[in-house]
Amino acid sequence: MLITRRAEFSASHVCAQPALTPKQNAELYGPAANPSGHGHNYVLEVTLEGEPDPVTGMVFDLKKLKELIQQTVIDPMDHRFLNYEVPPFDKIVPTTENVAAEIWRRLEPHFESGRAHLNNVRLYETEDLYVDYAGERR
Amino acid sequence: MRVTRRYRFAASHRLHLAAFSEDENRELYGKCSNPYGHGHDYVLDVTAVGPVDPVSGQVVHVPTLDRLVSEQVLKDFDHRYMNADLGEFKALVPTSENIIRVIEDRLTAGWADAFPGQCPRLEGIRLRETKRNAFELKS
Repeated sequence: MLITRRAEFSASHVCAQPALTPKQNAELYGPAANPSGHGHNYVLEVTLEGEPDPVTGMVFDLKKLKELIQQTVIDPMDHRFLNYEVPPFDKIVPTTENVAAEIWRRLEPHFESGRAHLNNVRLYETEDLYVDYAGERR
Repeated sequence: MRVTRRYRFAASHRLHLAAFSEDENRELYGKCSNPYGHGHDYVLDVTAVGPVDPVSGQVVHVPTLDRLVSEQVLKDFDHRYMNADLGEFKALVPTSENIIRVIEDRLTAGWADAFPGQCPRLEGIRLRETKRNAFELKS
């Protein structure tokens, strides 16, 4: 069974490679390369997979999941400029792909044991663009 | 990793088979068979899959995908009567099932030019006709 919890955070970023010229960055990332940055209301959907506990009837305590997302993702990223304030985005470009993978890396260790495991991270940058990441193997 | 981009187009269609009588068409397609057609605000989700490029940090160059979908699909579908304006539907009834196949064919035809090399691949598309029905096709 799959269970999904949704959370939101607002953050700014700039997508540009230091090694590239401004023109090359603009070609690669479009307006996302504008040097002073811009922001999004990110929507995060975290999906867990597991069988419900026969006693509690729950795959995972959704309140605990909410707290975990809050501590590992929302608190550090909400209302922050990702490039300047949230490692590793001082070193890698905070594309939606890289942010989704980073969120996976932050959450995954919490589900290495227990009945539920992390199935998917979906990150909406806008309503019209989202990334699904299910770990390196998938 | 998968990246999904959402597009929209408004188009009209009529579900009607020439080989069937009016009553048979009515029975098969209901009000979708009304003679002058009707329209929807279609929502098209296009999913590309591949590894994250270690340099760009991207699975897909979204402006290139936008250009491909615009050229191959939106330019011809948006604000059109599919039965009359699109060659594919001269002899094919534009049900959402058939529309999604035509869209996939068009995207596949332009994909290699837009994305030379192995990645990203077109993983699938999803077409929402109304808020209450949607159709998915894995490539």
